[in-house]
Amino acid sequence: MKKLIFNFLKIGLAVATFNVAVGQDEIQIHKQIDVLGQMKPIPVSLEGFTGEAAEVLKFDLYVQGFSFVAPDAAQYQISGSSAGDVSGRVTDKFAKKVVLSRSYNGASVRRQAHAFADDIVQTIQNKPGIGQTKIAFKSQSPGGNGEIFVADFDGYNKQSVTSDNSIVAKPAWSPGKLAVYYTSYARGNPDIFYHSLSGGQRRVIAGYSGLNTSAAVSPDGAKVAMILSKGGSPNVWVCDADGTNLKRLTTGLEDSSPCWSHDGQWICFATKIAERRRLAKVSASGGPVKTLNTAGVSNPTEPDWSPDGKWIAFTSQMSDFSICVMPVDGSLPPTVLVAGQNPSWAPNSRTLVFNHEIGHRQVLSVLDVFTKQYKDCLRANGSNSQPAWAK
Amino acid sequence: MKMNKLVFPLVIALAATLASTGCRKGTPKTTIIPGHNQQIVGDGSGAGTLPPGPPINPDNPPFGTDKPPGQIATADGWRVEDMNQDRAALAAYRVHFDFDSATVKKGEESNISAVASALASNSGDKLLIEGNCDERGTEEYNRSLGERRALALREALAKAGVDPARVRTISYGKDKPADSGHDEAAWAKNRRGDFILLHPKMGV
Repeated sequence: MKKLIFNFLKIGLAVATFNVAVGQDEIQIHKQIDVLGQMKPIPVSLEGFTGEAAEVLKFDLYVQGFSFVAPDAAQYQISGSSAGDVSGRVTDKFAKKVVLSRSYNGASVRRQAHAFADDIVQTIQNKPGIGQTKIAFKSQSPGGNGEIFVADFDGYNKQSVTSDNSIVAKPAWSPGKLAVYYTSYARGNPDIFYHSLSGGQRRVIAGYSGLNTSAAVSPDGAKVAMILSKGGSPNVWVCDADGTNLKRLTTGLEDSSPCWSHDGQWICFATKIAERRRLAKVSASGGPVKTLNTAGVSNPTEPDWSPDGKWIAFTSQMSDFSICVMPVDGSLPPTVLVAGQNPSWAPNSRTLVFNHEIGHRQVLSVLDVFTKQYKDCLRANGSNSQPAWAK
Repeated sequence: MKMNKLVFPLVIALAATLASTGCRKGTPKTTIIPGHNQQIVGDGSGAGTLPPGPPINPDNPPFGTDKPPGQIATADGWRVEDMNQDRAALAAYRVHFDFDSATVKKGEESNISAVASALASNSGDKLLIEGNCDERGTEEYNRSLGERRALALREALAKAGVDPARVRTISYGKDKPADSGHDEAAWAKNRRGDFILLHPKMGV
């Protein structure tokens, strides 16, 4: 019996069982795994690809938990060509068979390579890849003004959404739609705009006196949670996608950064209780505020709930800002992963886009939370932050 | 012409189908990737053509100086853009805050009463309070903290007799530091509230 599971994909279990065939014998290894940030990447070899195609494949696979090794050490051999169009095949070294063979046509070599990376991820991890997904983010000049941009998740093919030369903040995608919400001070006050990226039309959905910021769209796209101060303090409010049916959900002194649970039932946010920063959640239809246990880390803010419902990523602030992830069910304490802020989950619920500081400028980066492998996105001018992954 | 437009996509679709079903042995399946990136359309409107906000709420909830912190609703019924901003008049009364705090310190009382008397001396004037933070906090956390600082100053003014309906608040979070340095001296300057006197525009 040849049963080879080098990389355990059922994340969330504290104890994993490995069945490793050595010669004719089968050895059972029981190993304790600290799941987050400790998982071994899947070793693959990459041959025959050059230039942009090789770069794209390396980036996409690295941030989804693969590492690159010599062919004889690889679990999967990826070979092919990027002369003209991209074509490639994946050989499972242990099963000794070709598990993927495909060629790509049209668009650009870059986009063909992203498509091949997605097919590799689907074949090996049995999950959709993130190679062809988009992010939105803010880009700020030293003076404080900036614009909202959208780009491929690796920072390429950047396009500006706004051209107001104003302070902007916190873009958020409308799920499944080519549309974003964001905060802009263009009218002299922080207001929340809805902006269609296919037609270019935009309108203010929250322009009340005081603070209007941090739009977060429910998974079904029907509701928007946000921070308004019209009630006398910055609190969580919710409204319909067009800004109507406004309802106040919290009454604390200082709330920020709402996000939705995967099922749209909860809104998680940062708050301050007895002068201490905490994460809390409130039912999307209203009710009592429940604090979340983030014991072990200080000053949690900026929560983001994973699309599969298992994890909450957030920013902690000890001496510096760190990206942390904890299971929603509280079964493990938060794990501190890397230095950074503003985590946003990819649709695959294992990769995060975030920003971290290099020389007093913010740079976007993409992190695989299970292996802790991360890579910076294509550098852009200015300070780039508050990335939001399109879902 | 019309015919060509119809037939061309059909040929592509057929080719894609043939390719993906692997009509020849040994040929890998082919994925056809659509030719263009989705075109993203910016607003293209430039300044001055921004859409209007929702109508200003005429049912402004009542205010009172006896309300606990965080309970005085923001003022509606007038717009900061319809007033002339005088940044110099009250610049001397800038208020500073402790790290991560929106508490108006005892030592700031003279600044609060100076701003209150300036407003008392001209009933046509209104006030904009800008709340700002140092860089040691996440962006949206600081945007809320800056707003809370501005609101705390508004509450202090209400206690000093200023009608909160004459006051608007704006938070810049950490986006508008007074000092661009990265040390405690700069941070202390940046944790601040600024008072901007608003005069009625002539002829309005």
